Amino acid sequence: MPDAMNLTESRPLAGASPAPATAPPAVEFRNVEVAYGKFVAVQDFSLSIEKGSFTTLLGPSGCGKTTLLRSIAGLVDITHGQISIGGRRIDDVPIYQRNIGLVFQNYALFPHKSIFDNVAFGLKYRNVPKAEIATRVTRALEMVRLPGSERKLPSQLSGGQQQRIALARAIVFEPEVLLLDEPLSALDANMREEMRVEIKKIQKQTGITALFVTHDQEEALSMSDRIVVMNAGRAEQIGTPQDVYDRPATKFVADFLGKANMLEGKVATVTGSVASVTLTGGQSVQITSPRQLSVGEAVTVVVRPQMLTTPPPPGASPLRGKVVSSSYLGGRVIYEVDIGEPALIRVNTAISGALAAEGAAMELGFAPADCVVL
Amino acid sequence: MSRPRRKSWSSEGRLAWALTRIITLLVYIFMFAPIVATVVLSFNASQFGGFPMTGFSLRWYEVLWQNARVIEAFQISLWIALVTAVVTTLLGIVTAFALVRFDFLGKSILGTVVILPALVPETILGVGLLILIKAIETPRSLGILVLGHILLALPYVVLIAQARMVGVKRIYEEAAMSLGASRLATFRAITLPLLLPAVVAGALLAFTISFDNTSASLFWRPAGVETMPTQILSMLKTSISPEVNALGTVMIVMTVGIPLIGGILVQVVSRLKKRTTRETAK
Repeated sequence: MPDAMNLTESRPLAGASPAPATAPPAVEFRNVEVAYGKFVAVQDFSLSIEKGSFTTLLGPSGCGKTTLLRSIAGLVDITHGQISIGGRRIDDVPIYQRNIGLVFQNYALFPHKSIFDNVAFGLKYRNVPKAEIATRVTRALEMVRLPGSERKLPSQLSGGQQQRIALARAIVFEPEVLLLDEPLSALDANMREEMRVEIKKIQKQTGITALFVTHDQEEALSMSDRIVVMNAGRAEQIGTPQDVYDRPATKFVADFLGKANMLEGKVATVTGSVASVTLTGGQSVQITSPRQLSVGEAVTVVVRPQMLTTPPPPGASPLRGKVVSSSYLGGRVIYEVDIGEPALIRVNTAISGALAAEGAAMELGFAPADCVVL
Repeated sequence: MSRPRRKSWSSEGRLAWALTRIITLLVYIFMFAPIVATVVLSFNASQFGGFPMTGFSLRWYEVLWQNARVIEAFQISLWIALVTAVVTTLLGIVTAFALVRFDFLGKSILGTVVILPALVPETILGVGLLILIKAIETPRSLGILVLGHILLALPYVVLIAQARMVGVKRIYEEAAMSLGASRLATFRAITLPLLLPAVVAGALLAFTISFDNTSASLFWRPAGVETMPTQILSMLKTSISPEVNALGTVMIVMTVGIPLIGGILVQVVSRLKKRTTRETAK
C-alpha cells in the first residue's frame, strides 16, 4: 500500500484523464470560471471527461458543483474559459442546440403531458418520424422498467417512477452527455439505493457519458469511475473512488469523505521509510510516507476510523486515551477516544471481547502504512 | 375520566356549531336577499317595482326587449367588456411573465404600479383620467372608456397570472429547452398550457369587471353613450320601474353565468384533451 500512495497522481489538474489523442474527450472544461457579480462560484476549473465514463462532482452545498453542471447544460453563462462537448466548443451555443440529457432533482416532468409525450418531447424537436418516436419511446420505457405507462400522467406515478421517466426522457434521443443533478436526493432512502443501481446499470448499458452531481459521498463512491471533489468553487482532488478515499490529497477531502481522524504533529525522527511524529498532545505515532519527510516538519496524519484498532497492532506504538462514548453497531463498535489531542479520535473496530465502558482507559493504534500524511 | 369531559365539551361544541350555522345563514340572507328580491320582482305583474306581487309575468322582459336604448347599452357594454377582456389578458400574462421570470431595473416599482389601480378609489381614478384627457385635449370617446376599463381590470389579471406563474416552475422550461425546444417553442408547449387556467380566469374576471363597472364609466363615457350599468342608473332616476328589475336580473345572469360557463368549459376541454392524449398515446 505505501508504494501505491502516489499523491501527485491524484492531485488536481494532474488527474485530468489521459484521453487518447485521436478522440476528443466527451466533455472538456478549460480554465472555467463562473461569477455572479462579485461572487465567484467556480474558479479555474479544468477537467476532461472520457467518453462513456461516469464522473461525479462531489462536494458540500455551495461548492459550485451544480453551477458547473448547469454551465454545460447552458443554463449558466461562464465568465471565463471554455467548455467543449465532443471537441466542439459550446460556450456560445444555446441550450436547445447542445444535445445534452438533463435529469433534475425534482424530476421536472411536464405535469400536463402524458408519459408518452414527456419521453417523446426531445425526439419531437429533432424531427424524428412519428413511427420511430413510438418505437424509441417504448424501448426507453422498457429500459427504465416502466413499460405500458405511456398513457399515464406524471402525477399518477410515485417519486421513484417519475425519476425513471425523467431518465428515459433524457436518454431517449441519445444525447452526447447525460447530466444528473442530484437525481436521488428527493427520493426516500430505500428508493435511493434502488435508483443508484438502476442509473449505473442503464449508463453501462447505453455507454452514455454521464456527469453526476451529488453531496452524498456514498453515492459518489459507489457509482463513479472518477470523482471530482469540490470545495469553494475549486477542484480539491480528481481521481478514482479509491484514490480519493484512500489517498486524500487535502484535509478537506479527507474530512469530507468518511470523516477521517486528523492528527497534527511534527516529524521527530526519520529511520529509513518509517518516521516518528510527535503529536500536539505529546504522544507519538509511527508512519510511512512516499514523500521524503524531514525532521521538524509539521505534518497532518490522516487515519480512517476503520484503520485504528484496539489493542494496537504489533509493532505500532500505542496511543493512550480515555473512552468518551461508544456506539454499538452489532459486530462493530465506534468509540470516541480522548487522547489529549484537540479533537476526539474516532475508532471503528470489530468487537473482540467485551465493549469498553465509557471513561475506561484504552490503548489504540494503527500500522504505519495505514495512514496518509499531508 | 376523559369521558364526562368529552361529553361536556361536545355539548358545548354542539351549541357553538348551532350558533355558527345560524350566523352563517343570516350572513347569506343579508348578502343574497337584495339579489333574490330583484330577480323575483322582475317577474311581478304589477306596475310598481315593489312588493307585494300581484302575479307572474314576463311583460317587463318584453318591455326591455323593445327598449332600443337598453339594447344599445347592452351591445356597447358587451363590446367594451370583450375588448377589455382580450387586451387585459394579453397584457396581464406578459406583465406577470416579466415580473416572475426576469430581473430588471425598477421591477418592484412596476409590480406596485400595476396593482395600484385596484387600491385607488374608482372615483379618484375616474376624475384623474378625465383631468388627464382634458390636459392633452382629447375628447371623451369609447376608446378612452375601454382604456379606463383595461386600467381597472389589469391589476386583477396580473395578480391571478402572477400567482399561477410562480407555480409554473422554471425547471419545466429548462427541461424543455434542454430537450431541444427553442424559447418560443418552450413558451408554446410548456409555459402557456400550464398558465391556461390563469388565462381563462383572468379573461373572465376582466370581462365581469368591465361589464358591471358603474362609477368609473359614469366619468368616462362619451356624451350620449350608455353602458348597461349607467343605463340602469339613469332609468332609476325617474322611477323604480319593474323594467329595472328585469334589467338587473339580466345583469346578474350575465356576470354570474359567464364565469360559471367559462369554468365548466375549461373543465370539459381539459378532460377531452386528456382523453385525446391518451388515445394518441395508444
